[in-house]
Amino acid sequence: MANANAINPETGKQYKSVRRSRFIGSIFATAFFALLSAILIYPLFCGFIASFRPGRELIRRGLALNLDSSGMSLNNYKYLFSGNADSIKYWNWFKNSMILTLVTVALTLIVCYFVAYGITMYKFKLQKVLFMLVIATMMVPFEILLMPLYQEMIDINLIDSMWGVILPGLCSASTIFFFHQYMISLPAELLDAGRIDGANEYYISVKIMMPITKPAFSSMAILCAMGAWNNMLWPLMVFRSADKFTLTIGLNTLLTPYGNNYDMLIAGSMLAIVPIMVVFLIFQRYIIDGMTAGAVKG
Amino acid sequence: MEKKKKANLLYSQKVAPYVFVLPFIICFAIFWVYPLISSFVMSTEKIGAITREFVGLQNYKKLLTDKVFHTALINSLEYTVFTCALLIPFPMLYAVLMDGNLVKAKGVWKAMMYVPALTSVVISGTLFRLMFTEYKTGQMNVLMAALGLPAFKWLKVKWTSEIALLTLCCWRWTGVNTLYFMSGLKAIDKTLYESAKIDGANSHQLFKYITLPLLKPTTIYVLTISIYAGLAMFLESFMLWSGNDSPKNIGLTIVGYLYKRGIQKNDMGYACAVGVVLMVIALVINFIQLGLNGTLKEEKD
Repeated sequence: MANANAINPETGKQYKSVRRSRFIGSIFATAFFALLSAILIYPLFCGFIASFRPGRELIRRGLALNLDSSGMSLNNYKYLFSGNADSIKYWNWFKNSMILTLVTVALTLIVCYFVAYGITMYKFKLQKVLFMLVIATMMVPFEILLMPLYQEMIDINLIDSMWGVILPGLCSASTIFFFHQYMISLPAELLDAGRIDGANEYYISVKIMMPITKPAFSSMAILCAMGAWNNMLWPLMVFRSADKFTLTIGLNTLLTPYGNNYDMLIAGSMLAIVPIMVVFLIFQRYIIDGMTAGAVKG
Repeated sequence: MEKKKKANLLYSQKVAPYVFVLPFIICFAIFWVYPLISSFVMSTEKIGAITREFVGLQNYKKLLTDKVFHTALINSLEYTVFTCALLIPFPMLYAVLMDGNLVKAKGVWKAMMYVPALTSVVISGTLFRLMFTEYKTGQMNVLMAALGLPAFKWLKVKWTSEIALLTLCCWRWTGVNTLYFMSGLKAIDKTLYESAKIDGANSHQLFKYITLPLLKPTTIYVLTISIYAGLAMFLESFMLWSGNDSPKNIGLTIVGYLYKRGIQKNDMGYACAVGVVLMVIALVINFIQLGLNGTLKEEKD
């Protein structure tokens, strides 16, 4: 690599041998990532192919790539759209997941935005302390609070309700932190300009600051949506009645030892990935920005 | 007049920040401080269906001799060490390789490597359980046969089930960690490499003296989240054995045990003691790690 950019002083171009070795290196490096990506996609691909076969086969044989097209059909998917009791159950989970995700994203973003705004845009006594507290909440794994929080939900009667799932995660430290990181790079003079024009503090935070933090909103919306859509542990503890289940817990109930529901499980699982996959493909760029913001600055 | 004054105060620059952070203070108190304190309180109690009785440190004493808890503890620690060993060096190398201009179509690979992280544990766990089945027709045993190895009962033996858990973990997080390291690399000033090359440094030296030290904040970040995620791992094992019961507890983790005692066996006090021990372990490991890496020192300066 040291001489990879060696330039022939006479022609001003790279030496031919260097160019050739770079070309070969490029092929190997690209092939390496193609292979790695293929391995990482493989299990989902297997699952996708298996979703066209009867679920019984999964129990009897386990999962392996089987491209033999005989025995493949759309039956599992037809079943999910058939309108029978099982499919109604499935789409109810789907609807619950959708509602939970949308409400979680909307509330979390609004709350975290204003909290970050308060911490970042003002100088006040408790500023540093509050920031430390935000960081402190990240230092304790959520799982430790599982039992006391569960007990608390029972005590304040939020068990088996959507709010019991949403409220404890509302002030997400990582979301606040991300908004904070984004806002400190913005010019604070904008606020003063607004003040001179006679706008009050709240008006400034909504009408002046919010529009310019839009990219941060996009990043956080997607990450938050992914988290809410795939969230399992806490909903598993909070929800009790079957009609309130989300996709993750609902699909989990299909994993009975007898496996009479595997048709629905495998097709339903594949369909459950679709919404988040679509969001990912559209907003890919924002996801990576949002996710890696904490890592660079530490 | 009074009212107007109050309204003005509410709109003043002095009061406004407190209004903005109020939701955090409320959430923090209700959903963090309160459960954290009650976690300690509950861990000193025997909690029945209706009664709560103070038992002092009895729950903790019981933990000292609880063989199942020790199994869970060792499983979680092992898993944490292995995931850190696998999910830091390899993603770092992938990121370094990807960061150079050798790799073509980077966007495609980056997106594909991220896809596993999009799936929920219920789906990925189920897929992996079916691939790591003991039947000869499952994916892993098909692979073993192709390599000329015998079929394994993957999820019934300790070391093979560890492989299954680690494969699942690496599958989900390799891409994400690679992206973390890539963004860390992006922040490194490229002219450093140029001047080092002029001084005659080879690629090995470039990596050792420039990339590695300057990537340290990212490495510490990834290490921290890996330790936390490793110690708190539960759902992966919950899904691989579909419900918290693995043969001889080979897949039981600390949080799995917490869940088992608290929810499945209704012994909340004891479960809270498990939680407190987990918190102490997490904090101690993290402080040691941060201390060794000198992060705390830098902050003091």
